[in-house]
Amino acid sequence: MSAPGRTSPGFGRSGFSMGVRFLLLAIVCVALMLLDRREQHLVRVRQALSLVVYPVRVAVDLPFSTWHSMRDTFAARDALIAENREFRRERLETEGRLQRLESLERENQRLRELLDSTARVGSRALVAEILSVDLDPYRQRFELNRGLVDGVYVGQALIDAQGVVGQVVRVGPLTSEALLITDADHAVPVSVNRNDLRTIAVGTGDSGRLRLPYLTNNANIVVGDVLMSSGLGGVFPAGYPVGRVTEVTLRPEQAFAEVLAEPASLLDRDREVLLLWDSSEAAPQASETEAPEPASDASVAGLH
Amino acid sequence: MAARRSNWWASTLSLVLTLALVAVPLPDSVAPLRPDWVAVVLLYWSLMAPRHFSLLTAFWMGIALDTLSGALLGQNALALLVVVYLAEKFHLRLRVFPLSQLAITVFLLLGLYEFMLFWIDGMAGRSVPLVERWVPPLTGTLVWVLLYMMFDRREREAPARL
Repeated sequence: MSAPGRTSPGFGRSGFSMGVRFLLLAIVCVALMLLDRREQHLVRVRQALSLVVYPVRVAVDLPFSTWHSMRDTFAARDALIAENREFRRERLETEGRLQRLESLERENQRLRELLDSTARVGSRALVAEILSVDLDPYRQRFELNRGLVDGVYVGQALIDAQGVVGQVVRVGPLTSEALLITDADHAVPVSVNRNDLRTIAVGTGDSGRLRLPYLTNNANIVVGDVLMSSGLGGVFPAGYPVGRVTEVTLRPEQAFAEVLAEPASLLDRDREVLLLWDSSEAAPQASETEAPEPASDASVAGLH
Repeated sequence: MAARRSNWWASTLSLVLTLALVAVPLPDSVAPLRPDWVAVVLLYWSLMAPRHFSLLTAFWMGIALDTLSGALLGQNALALLVVVYLAEKFHLRLRVFPLSQLAITVFLLLGLYEFMLFWIDGMAGRSVPLVERWVPPLTGTLVWVLLYMMFDRREREAPARL
C-alpha cells in the first residue's frame, strides 16, 4: 500500500495531501465493508489477516493458559486423589447409563428400519479449547484454538458436557470464531422434551438467557420444561439439550406469550468445548486428536 | 534520525500492546467499562505528536481491530480514520486548549467513534444493544487524560517540532 518514494514507514510522507489520503482510505474501507457483508467474498483475506493477529491472540491467552497448567502441576496430591475418585465414580455411573442407552439405541434403530426412516449416524467430535480472548463486548462470541488445519468448517455445531453451546461462524487457518446460542443474532430450532412442541430459541445478548418469542398464549409450555435441539435447520444435530424454561408470562393483550429460558451449557464458564462433525461433511484429517467414539456406534453399525 | 527511529519502534510497540489490551479478557461486570484502547492511543498520538503516525497507520490498526474482534472488515478502520483525520486536521487549534476543553474534545471524538461503529452495525443489519454505548468514550477520556498527565511533560519541553 505504501508509495514507492517513502523514506520512513509510518510517517505519512507520501505525495498526496492529507485530505486526499483520508478520502482514498475511507473509500477503501467502505469497499471492504460492502464486500465483507456478503461473508464469502473476503474469506481468503480474512484468513490471512487472522494469521497476522494470531500472535496477539496467543500472547493474550498465554498468562491464562500458563495459570491453568501451573495449577495442574502444583495441585496437591490428595486433591488429585479426591478428584480421581470422583471421576471414577462418575465414570461408573455414566457407563451404567450407557449400557441401557446401547440397548435403547439398538431398539431405536430397529424401529426406524420398520418405519423406513433414515437412521441417525453417530457423529465425530473434536475437543477445542476456548482462547481467553475478548472479542466485541456487545456480542456473545469467542475464539477457538482449532481452524482450517483441523478441518473446522463454517456452521459447525459446538456442544459441551451440558448441552448446545453455539456454532462456528468464521474459520481461520489456526483459529476459528464461534457464535454462542445467546448472541442476539442467533436462533436455535428447539422442541420441548415433554410434548415435542417445536419452536425457536433466540439469543438475548445476555449469556444466561434465551427467549422463545414465537409461542402463543395458549401454547402448552410450563416453567421447568426442557428444550432439546430439534435438528431442523440442519446446523445442530437433534436431541441435544439447549435449555430449561425459567419464566412464562402470558400476555392476553398480545398474540405471543413471553417465555424465557436459561441455557443448559455453562456458556460463561467453559474452557473446553466439543466440535461436532455432521456425518455428511468430509471427515477431518486430524484423526489422532479425534475424541473416542462411543462404543454404541460400532455396535449399531454392526447391525447392518 | 537514529533517535527518531527508536521513537518509531517505541510507538509501534505501544500500538501492538494496545491491540493486546483490546483482547485481554475482563470479568463481565467490568467489561462494559473497557475503553476503546486503540482509538484513545491513536488520538493521544495525533493530538500530542501530529504526523507521528500516518492515516495509513490508523487504517491498518482498524483492520487489525476488525480481525481481532470479528467485526465487519473496515468498520473500525473507517471510524478510526475519521476520528484521527479530524484530530490531525485541527490539532493546531486544539492544542492551545486547556486540559478541560481538550478532554471534552476527546470525549466528543470518542463518542463520534462509538457512534460510527453503532451506525455501521445498524446499516449492516446486526442487532446490537444501545445501552452502555456511552460508557467507553467516558472511560476512554479518563485514560486519555491520564496519558496526557503522564507523558506530556516531554512534549512541552520540546515543542521545537511545531
